[in-house]
Amino acid sequence: MTATVPAGPRTADAWRQFAGSGWRERIDVRDFIQANYTPYEGDAAFLTGPTDRTRAVWEKVSALFPEERRRGILDVDTATPSTITSHAPGYIDRDRELVVGLQTDAPLKRAIMPGGGLRMVENGLRAYGYETDPFVSKVFGTYRKTHNDGVFDAYTPAMRAARKAGIITGLPDAYGRGRIIGDYRRVALYGTGRLIEAKRAERALLDARPSTADVVRDREELAEQIRALGELAEMAASYGCDVTRPATTAHEAVQWLYLGFLAAVKEQNGAAMSLGRTSTFLDVYLQRDLDEGILDESRAQELIDDFVIKLRIVRFLRTPEYDALFSGDPTWVTESIGGIGTDGRTLVTRTSFRFLQTLYNLGPAPEPNLTVLWSPRLPDGFKEFCAQVSIDTSAVQYESDELMRPRTGDDTAIACCVSAMAVGKQMQFFGARVNLAKALLYAVNGGRDEMTGEQVAPETPPLTGEYLDYDELSAAYDRVLDWLAQTYVDALNVIHYMHDKYAYERIEMALHDHPVHRFMACGIAGLSVAVDSLSAVKHARVKVFRDATGLAVDFKTEGEFPAYGNNDDRVDALAVDLVESFMAKVRRHPTYRDAEHTQSVLTITSNVVYGKHTGNTPDGRRAGAPFAPGANPMNGRDRHGVAASALSVAKLPYEAARDGISLTTTITPEGLGHVPAERAGHLVGILDAYMSSGGFHMNVNVLDRATLEDAMEHPERYPELTVRVSGYAVNFVRLTREQQLDVISRTFHGSL
Amino acid sequence: MNTTVEPVTGRIHSWDLSTGVDGPGTRFVLFLSGCPLRCLYCANPDTWHMRDGEPATVDEVMAEIEKYRGFVTTAGGGVTLTGGEALLQPVFTAALLRRCKELGLHTALDTSGFLGARATDELLADTDLVLLDVKSFDARTYRKLTGGDLAPTLDFAARLDRLGKRVWIRYVLVPGWTDDEDAVEGLAGFLSGLGCVERVDILPFHKLGAAKYEALGVPFTLRDTPVPDRALVERVRAQFRGHGLAAH
Repeated sequence: MTATVPAGPRTADAWRQFAGSGWRERIDVRDFIQANYTPYEGDAAFLTGPTDRTRAVWEKVSALFPEERRRGILDVDTATPSTITSHAPGYIDRDRELVVGLQTDAPLKRAIMPGGGLRMVENGLRAYGYETDPFVSKVFGTYRKTHNDGVFDAYTPAMRAARKAGIITGLPDAYGRGRIIGDYRRVALYGTGRLIEAKRAERALLDARPSTADVVRDREELAEQIRALGELAEMAASYGCDVTRPATTAHEAVQWLYLGFLAAVKEQNGAAMSLGRTSTFLDVYLQRDLDEGILDESRAQELIDDFVIKLRIVRFLRTPEYDALFSGDPTWVTESIGGIGTDGRTLVTRTSFRFLQTLYNLGPAPEPNLTVLWSPRLPDGFKEFCAQVSIDTSAVQYESDELMRPRTGDDTAIACCVSAMAVGKQMQFFGARVNLAKALLYAVNGGRDEMTGEQVAPETPPLTGEYLDYDELSAAYDRVLDWLAQTYVDALNVIHYMHDKYAYERIEMALHDHPVHRFMACGIAGLSVAVDSLSAVKHARVKVFRDATGLAVDFKTEGEFPAYGNNDDRVDALAVDLVESFMAKVRRHPTYRDAEHTQSVLTITSNVVYGKHTGNTPDGRRAGAPFAPGANPMNGRDRHGVAASALSVAKLPYEAARDGISLTTTITPEGLGHVPAERAGHLVGILDAYMSSGGFHMNVNVLDRATLEDAMEHPERYPELTVRVSGYAVNFVRLTREQQLDVISRTFHGSL
Repeated sequence: MNTTVEPVTGRIHSWDLSTGVDGPGTRFVLFLSGCPLRCLYCANPDTWHMRDGEPATVDEVMAEIEKYRGFVTTAGGGVTLTGGEALLQPVFTAALLRRCKELGLHTALDTSGFLGARATDELLADTDLVLLDVKSFDARTYRKLTGGDLAPTLDFAARLDRLGKRVWIRYVLVPGWTDDEDAVEGLAGFLSGLGCVERVDILPFHKLGAAKYEALGVPFTLRDTPVPDRALVERVRAQFRGHGLAAH
């Protein structure tokens, strides 16, 4: 199928003018970048607008969006389980496209991926008025077990109960886990021929090892990886691209890289299918072609624009339940931009700007999830441009390069929203999250669920006082969290064992080193609710109201208590303590494949669903009301402006939440300054100050409430209105009504 | 570090962090309680009476400010004292400004200038920027609008000019009250004669404080006054610019 093309004349041609040697001898994209990239310290003046060609392609595909929005999905192939090679080539506009390749044979036509779970496919199809193809149902219902089947074979009753009660939720037990970033750059730099050689070499190292279960699994996985690389070459050939060899031009580099990514999104319906850190890599090629006169700036921008068009139309078939958790059809095609190298040079290049420029050339959009790795040391011109783009589009998120670089290096990329990994060297087992607010209620109720009355956690004596006692509550909470951490890690071990077994990410892992470093990415939700509840009990008096069965169902707070989000140590210390103590509890439990334990403080949009399933809480939040997203303070309780709110969040230690700490802020335009021309500079100041204070992540929305309210009434007028929710951006008009209301109810930091 | 021998105490309403509206950058904004004026458009009627404020010592306020020192400094900001009228508590205000300067913080004083005579030269020496709110340039309108006299504000402006202080003018634009073309011309002409004025911010009247009036049981006289439209704001800005002033 695929011929291995060793380094030869074509390779020499592909690598003309490139410097450095280490990357030639081994697969090492970082080394290639470091040896060849051109840092850019200037401003945005060099950028160009969209060409007529770009406009035509984008208009052609975006004309399909209204119909897609109306029907939920535009079209789906119900009969062909997706693989890398399952579908014939598809095009938006064959004569005009510069970068080719679609997930199926037509734009926005979705594919089914039953390997994760047949029921997910069936429910997804039914939701949009389609029937599952009987043959597909037969194969995946009878002959071929799915990930979902495997997980439920191995779940324990305790895990099922915790899952059903919603104290552990969003688990990737019925859908693709995602959050694995293939190093798609390798396809462009080396070609699949060389990559297969390297994989064979890795595999050969296992030959002498005894065939224990671990070694056998590794051998089988490497065999699958090699097969997947072959399939990638075959799929690419169907588009007329010979990716067995390295890319020789910038155009090919973009195309090859994209085909690598395309193979991944044809094979996996992962919750997050992130791209990595590609802009500075591609800049090396673009710069070489510019220097050689093959390209001009307009053409360079066109290539990035066309690439981004493709990234914007990645689609998966998902269920309404999934949509309730992660609304707006997100794919988390996260691209990490900027940062500083370990040698002190900025990793910002002209192509870092070109990626952001797509938000002007194509208009604002939630995908790809453009993520700036921020450092106060970034060049001023870049910082100013990022801030201006945020003000104009609300489509950019920022993560602290200063926190990540010392831990995961200067070739770190973000998967999904806030999960840092060294590209091609580290991967994670996505673990969704536990509900810390509900756990607090379990502590009050001796392990019974406050909504159903069922005994979910092991039975312990409930707290019986008329008023909650802080010491008693803390001790009971600690016990519940011990149980929760154990059940949680254990459930994740089951899930990831089965995902590896039944829905292994062949092509993504083929674009990683072997062996790979794995993280077990746990997560917590409801932090601010739990912390404010603890604060209320500690600093005020909280009276308990119980039903006839003794279940605490409501609380009344007497007196005032400090709320998280006001830079007040009396309560912020409780938040720090909770994050650290849960992390410590998680670390006590062994993980599948010895993955390194981490956790995130992130909810994505699931804060709404979590809130819906959680009863009245001692902080005064009513049953069913949404939690604050991620690590955010509760809406309206942060009363001293964005800086105070952000400084509370910045106290959460990254060391105890290495999978990321998410803060979503919404600032009105006036809230960034009376004079519009000064606002970008002010936003730069806030980002510099937040990151200098130890802050990890900030979603920046620059919006006013009136705009959002108008968009709810007249969605047709706001097709492009983008808001950042928690680690990703969405088209506001594609959120559920509940989520729209949640976004509107959030604190808008403005000025009077 | 405590340089106050006897604890200086003041009364404060609240504090907040704001960006680009109370001086440059992101700033810690302290609202002091008490104001001698009763501007009809006031957005903070809850700051009118000193007795409604919380007592606080300089040390207590500085402890809060200290928590934001790094943030506001990195964000190109500092501390702004406003109110109410900060110069109603000149000793407290002076002590806070002094302590802020000792910490290397950029300081701004937001004042109507009505009590400008109470600001000592030392206090002003510790003030990097004065945000001077000129309510109207017509003495009769000024009195009707604020209950006070215009003259002290103009005297204060002239003094700031003599001292070479940096001054940003704030001018709240209220249709039917402060939009008179001649009055604006007069003010612009006066300000253009002062070398110290770096810019003029036109602040469109808004009614976001209306709920506070209701809560306080105080009638909000301008309840039915419209907010200025864009064209009016632009006209007034253009008038200031016509006199060579940087108006925003």
